[in-house]
Amino acid sequence: MTDPNRERYRIRETAFYLFTQQSLPACKPVLTPGWVITIFLFMGLIFIPVGLVTLRASHSVVEIVDRYDIECVPESSRIDKISYIQDDSIPKNCSRFMKVRKYMKAPINIYYQLDNYYQNHRRYVKSRSDKQLLHGRKYHDTSSCQPVELNNGQPIVPCGLIAWSLFNDSFTFIRERAELKVNRKNIAWKSDRDHKFGKNVHPFSFQNGTLIGGGKLYPKIPLSDQEDLIVWMRTSALPSFRKLYGRIEEDLDVDDVIVVNLMNNYNTYSFGGKKKLVLSTSSWLGGKNNFLGHACIIVGCSSLVLAIVFTLLHLKYRRPYGDTSYLPWNRKSLSG
Amino acid sequence: MAAATSRTRKGKIRWSKLYSFGCLRPSTSEEHPADRVGQLGFTRVIFCNEPYLHRKKPHKYPYNNISTTKYNVLTFLPRALFEQFRRVANFYFLLAAVFSLFSLAPFSRASLIVPLIFVVGISMIKEAIEDWHRFLQDLDVNNRTVKTRMSNGVFVDKPWKELRVGDVVKVNKDEYFPSDLLLLSSSYEDGVCYVETMNLDGETNLKIKRCLEASLCLNDDEEFSGFKATVRCEDPNPNLYTFVGTLEFENESYPLSPSQLLLRDSKLRNTDYIYGVVIFTGHDTKAVRNSTRSPSKRSRIERKMDHIIYILFSILVLVSLVSSIGSSLFLKHDMVDWWYLLLPDGSSLDDDDDLFFNPSKPVKSAVLQFIRALILYGYLIPISLYVSIEVVKVLQKMLIDKDIELYDDVTRKSVQARTSNLNEELGQVEMILSDKTGTLTSNQMEFRKCSIAGISYGGDITEVDLAASTRMNANLEPFEFSMDETNRATRSFELLDFSVSSFSAQNGNARLLKTEEPVIKGFNFRDDWLMNKNWIRGPNLSDITMFFRVMALCHTGIPIEDDNRKTDKLSYEAESPEEVSFLIASQEFGFQFFRRTQSLMVLKEFDPSSMEEVEREYKLLNLLEFSSSRKRMSVIVSNEDGRIFLLCKGADSIIFDRLADNGRTYEQATALHLSSYAEDGLRTLAFAYRELEAAEYERWNTTFTQAKATIGPEREELLEQASQMIEKDLILLGVVAVEDKLQKGVPECIDKLAQAGLKIWLLTGDKRETAVNIGFACSLLRQDMMQFHLSLSREAESNNEVKAMEEDILQQIQCSYKLLCEEGNNEAPYGLIIDGKALEIALRGNIKDEFLQLAVNCASVICCRVSPKQKALITRLVKQYTGRTTLAIGDGANDVGMIQEADIGVGISGMEGMQAVMASDFSLPQFRFLERLLIVHGHWCYQRISKMVLYFVYKNVAFGLTLFYYELYTSFSGEVLYNDWYMTMFNVMLTSLPVVALGVLEQDVSSDICLQFPALYQQGPRNVHFSWSRIIGWILNGVVTSLVIFLANIYILSPTALQRNGFVTDMNSLGAITYTCVIWTVNCQIAIITSHFTWIQHLSIWGSILLWYIFLLVYGALPPDLSGNAFQVLIGVIGPAPLYWMITMVVVVVSLLPYFVHITIQRSFYPMDDHVIQEMEKCLKKDDVRDNEMWVREQRNSQRSTSIGFSARVEAKVLSFSQQMQQKKLSIYRSVTNSPIYRSITRTPFS
Repeated sequence: MTDPNRERYRIRETAFYLFTQQSLPACKPVLTPGWVITIFLFMGLIFIPVGLVTLRASHSVVEIVDRYDIECVPESSRIDKISYIQDDSIPKNCSRFMKVRKYMKAPINIYYQLDNYYQNHRRYVKSRSDKQLLHGRKYHDTSSCQPVELNNGQPIVPCGLIAWSLFNDSFTFIRERAELKVNRKNIAWKSDRDHKFGKNVHPFSFQNGTLIGGGKLYPKIPLSDQEDLIVWMRTSALPSFRKLYGRIEEDLDVDDVIVVNLMNNYNTYSFGGKKKLVLSTSSWLGGKNNFLGHACIIVGCSSLVLAIVFTLLHLKYRRPYGDTSYLPWNRKSLSG
Repeated sequence: MAAATSRTRKGKIRWSKLYSFGCLRPSTSEEHPADRVGQLGFTRVIFCNEPYLHRKKPHKYPYNNISTTKYNVLTFLPRALFEQFRRVANFYFLLAAVFSLFSLAPFSRASLIVPLIFVVGISMIKEAIEDWHRFLQDLDVNNRTVKTRMSNGVFVDKPWKELRVGDVVKVNKDEYFPSDLLLLSSSYEDGVCYVETMNLDGETNLKIKRCLEASLCLNDDEEFSGFKATVRCEDPNPNLYTFVGTLEFENESYPLSPSQLLLRDSKLRNTDYIYGVVIFTGHDTKAVRNSTRSPSKRSRIERKMDHIIYILFSILVLVSLVSSIGSSLFLKHDMVDWWYLLLPDGSSLDDDDDLFFNPSKPVKSAVLQFIRALILYGYLIPISLYVSIEVVKVLQKMLIDKDIELYDDVTRKSVQARTSNLNEELGQVEMILSDKTGTLTSNQMEFRKCSIAGISYGGDITEVDLAASTRMNANLEPFEFSMDETNRATRSFELLDFSVSSFSAQNGNARLLKTEEPVIKGFNFRDDWLMNKNWIRGPNLSDITMFFRVMALCHTGIPIEDDNRKTDKLSYEAESPEEVSFLIASQEFGFQFFRRTQSLMVLKEFDPSSMEEVEREYKLLNLLEFSSSRKRMSVIVSNEDGRIFLLCKGADSIIFDRLADNGRTYEQATALHLSSYAEDGLRTLAFAYRELEAAEYERWNTTFTQAKATIGPEREELLEQASQMIEKDLILLGVVAVEDKLQKGVPECIDKLAQAGLKIWLLTGDKRETAVNIGFACSLLRQDMMQFHLSLSREAESNNEVKAMEEDILQQIQCSYKLLCEEGNNEAPYGLIIDGKALEIALRGNIKDEFLQLAVNCASVICCRVSPKQKALITRLVKQYTGRTTLAIGDGANDVGMIQEADIGVGISGMEGMQAVMASDFSLPQFRFLERLLIVHGHWCYQRISKMVLYFVYKNVAFGLTLFYYELYTSFSGEVLYNDWYMTMFNVMLTSLPVVALGVLEQDVSSDICLQFPALYQQGPRNVHFSWSRIIGWILNGVVTSLVIFLANIYILSPTALQRNGFVTDMNSLGAITYTCVIWTVNCQIAIITSHFTWIQHLSIWGSILLWYIFLLVYGALPPDLSGNAFQVLIGVIGPAPLYWMITMVVVVVSLLPYFVHITIQRSFYPMDDHVIQEMEKCLKKDDVRDNEMWVREQRNSQRSTSIGFSARVEAKVLSFSQQMQQKKLSIYRSVTNSPIYRSITRTPFS
């Protein structure tokens, strides 16, 4: 009664046959109490050390934060900060003092931090032209740059709201009367400098219009070298963000006092944004952030606790492995 | 030559002379509604033999081709598109795509349109392929050929599809009628032919059709040269049993009746050929008109899935509302101050028409933002859910089709899932409505047992007895009541012979196997006493001889000489397969019926006195035909000595009522045998005879002839009375039991299905006795079951008053239900048997509910004599009333309604008819495959699809909500955290393969274990895997996951540096990192769900994660024009940062932790069935002991609660055995203790 077809099929005991018969060799992990406890223990043992290491890295980072947006407005103008900032005739110089509490090893990153600044607003984010940044005026279509697109019929390079609102506070750092050398190179991603901002693209007709936004650019320097712009144009993800300004390439000792001479040009007063200056070293994990370390330790600890709780529960309410009394037919008979 | 002679001989018999009822019905006697011809609804005119007249109007009728396809080339695109966009989700995505053409959408056009085209395209391709298969099937039917008369007078093969109204066709034996034909003549002289209508109404007995006397002469090819006639008849309608028309032939008009109409899909049987004229073609035929277009069915899970989609839509609308309101609030209060946005102030309209952020029109902006948000959060709606499910189902279907265990060697067919929509529905079936003939039984009768003169022969032990006794072996010593082997009478009384238990199980199985393959078709009987002619030495010789004569003479069969026969054995043809089996049996016993002429029946008899074979002629005087109301059939014959006998066979109750006082010698013993035969599911008939005095016969014959000659409605009554007069004072000879051969594996299959908690209803067009027999044979009924019989009482039926009938049935139902409720706690199960007429009443408005309530509470329900329409109606009502998933299984066109109506329709493809298969969702070559299909594949598919859908929901919620959270940080401006193409890839590539692998290959337990623990199937009907609590749970899990991913990312990454060089994260890198976490999490989540890892799962899960990195690499390596903000994001920005990799690890672990804790708790303390069985399996694998005690015990335990099926019967049998044992022991003990010997022994001190 055997069918040749069937025989032929059977002979091909290949992977395909096993697949069609749904009998491929398979691993069928079953979550046994032993496994559960092992997994939790293992997680605890991994996460706590990792958390500690991370925390240590985070603690090794020294960070000095100084909010200057209010302090840098003269007492007299503090009632109407907006008109102060918008009045070009008033000099915007300001000096701040920063005390180094802990030894800071070079390079020390200088950030400016803006809070409550929605660089991620859709209208803002979209208002740029990547092609124009790369190809300059050769690329004509700047419609994506609305509303900062044209000036007197001429395309603005770089166009768009982002470039137009370029941050323009500037900082100089003086330690013991000597100016600290600030390296303003290499503050943007290499990929951006090399591939996204044109080497032959020069700002044209930038900030020449009726409405002037933020900073200006040097018309002679190609965009690929205007790293402030490149950094600025990497829009931040959240309304509170830091951007790299430069690096101090000298170590700072404890109790050093650094005088920061800054030009407080940028208007954050109209929308109540904060401006901060941040000096920070970095570790292999980046900046100072304890969250990850804490998270790791919490997860690790709770895993350990869970492991213990499960062990205790199993000792108390032990369900034998493969206990048949839990099967529905047995349960039914138990209940009635 | 032999064939030719047989044909001519057969041709000489005028059947009309033999039959007393029914057939010979003077056509003029009846009131014929032919006057209506020509009026409205009866306007059809057919010019016979002039088909060319039907090529143009007004008599243009369609060709004979049929089409069951859903689409054609032109309608495919619009209709298929319409079907696709009828789904809410697809329509939503269509809208989104349309919006993307304007600036409304937050994404690029391509990223919205590409997935939609992909998804819809795949679904449409699937539709097209399925329709193509349907088309091929139609083509197959349409290209069958039939001999058709061409204009030159020659009959040539012509494909069915080219047949036209008016064509004259010749249909040969065992061919299907290509369309509805008007019978002109047949190979029989009197123009009758036999038609098998099983495909239409499921009745297995052959129907006789007769042509008009006028057209009798047209029985040769040449006769048609000048044939011209006109038929005027009713318009096409679906009514199978009516036909009104007239035939105008040779200037005379003859009324036509349904008995001249041969319907499409029925088959010519026992007749060499017929000639006919095509009356209705193609879609006009009654069979096609009767079939409704198969409805598109959707599974329960899919319907529930819609609700889930609605929930997700509500979430979508909710978050969109939050977004739009938030946006307008920001716009009004804050955004105006954000000089860096250069918002239009409303005064200069032309400058900038950014309508989304127009502070002067906050409402309009809010509305636009709302629409944009609807599109933005579209990732909450799993766009690829439908397409993934479809892909998965097609693959599942392929695996079902390919399963070698579902391959039938005999028919060389395999199980076919004809639609892939219902795979998971197979796992939720609670009720099976089964047809009988061709589904459970193979429509083959086998002679199994007989009881002659009070002694039972061929009394093999049944499988139930065997199984019960082997089971009892465990705790019983072989307990033999060794009676004298020669004493047959006592042996046959000792039906429950305990010597059975001395067979070892192996021996028993071997025995059973042997008996399963009868040497002679239709004869499965083993008894040396009868077979080896030992009976001539026994008592009651004359009765035994007479018994065999009844068997050989009382029938309507005719012998057929095989052309290539080797022995002198004949084969027979008769109206019913039962009769054939009797004839074969009597031939085996030495009473060969070998010739029949008009009035003579010739037997080759074994003469016990001379010990040799003699040829005896019997003159056939009268034949009182079998009918379902009479339930008996008699012949009156005179033998060579001139003695006149009435030989009668019929249902036992009828015969027993008509016994003479001196004919009841064997009544008691026979009745005992009857009941045991019936319990085994055998169909029984009692044989009796009576000798008639010549004078008495003459007297009666005149009455009978008078009655026969009567014209008018009272004729039947007169005939009935006449036969009553003569069929009395019978002498009982014995009973025969034939087995309506069940298909292979049917009882076992039903047993397993019952253990799986399924209820099985039997719906059959056959008569009650047959249905009940089959109920016993396949263990749906058993002896200790309480049976409720619902049927119309005779008075109610005769009055024909609806009111009375309703009351009658209602009362019966209420009585039964009361009984059922009273003894509800009793272990004894109930069986309900209801016949078609009662059912018709019971299914009416007010009684319906009560009836269904009763029926649902019975362990098994058997409906007999139900019409195809009623089958469909029952199915619908059961479905509606109980809300349970029903599966209908059948093989013929009569089951089509039911198959279409049920949640799942299954067609048996083993037989020739294709109607049921065409209408079905699954086709099986054999009923027994249902077991594996449901318990293994159904269970798996249910689990797979539900896991898959839930995971899909989870995955999209987890992903979609991160988009929403980000909105909170962007002042609801509609900015998206991720690159457009990341998101497009999400559903299409990065998370789709593991889901498909899960949906296709996941197994909670292996197929063997599914079959060993059918109770596991109950997970489906109880819907444990797709309950609302689970759905909500998964949605919450998605919410938690999205929160963890998003918050952890922004808190870790902002605002400090990402890596040592002090660079900070921007939008692009945050997007890529968060997205990495999402991909890892959802893919690891599926790894936790999966319990069956083959290399495919591993590849798809870990491959998907890897694919994300590859994608990021490749996409990032494209020039910035193309890659946009993802340019070199992996190698240049996030890749070198250790923080990135650490975040991935921590976030994945934390976001999976809640679910993991949940399942550990569940597994450890509240395990589900599959969990425990998995553990047991694992345990046993270690020990490698399959027949471990615990294993077997659990298997047994899982079977316990069933009340129907083989095991339940065995269980019951064991119970009754042990009770009897107890009694016997007691009686023996008593008899022993009472015996004087015992007393003497006990008195004597032995010690």
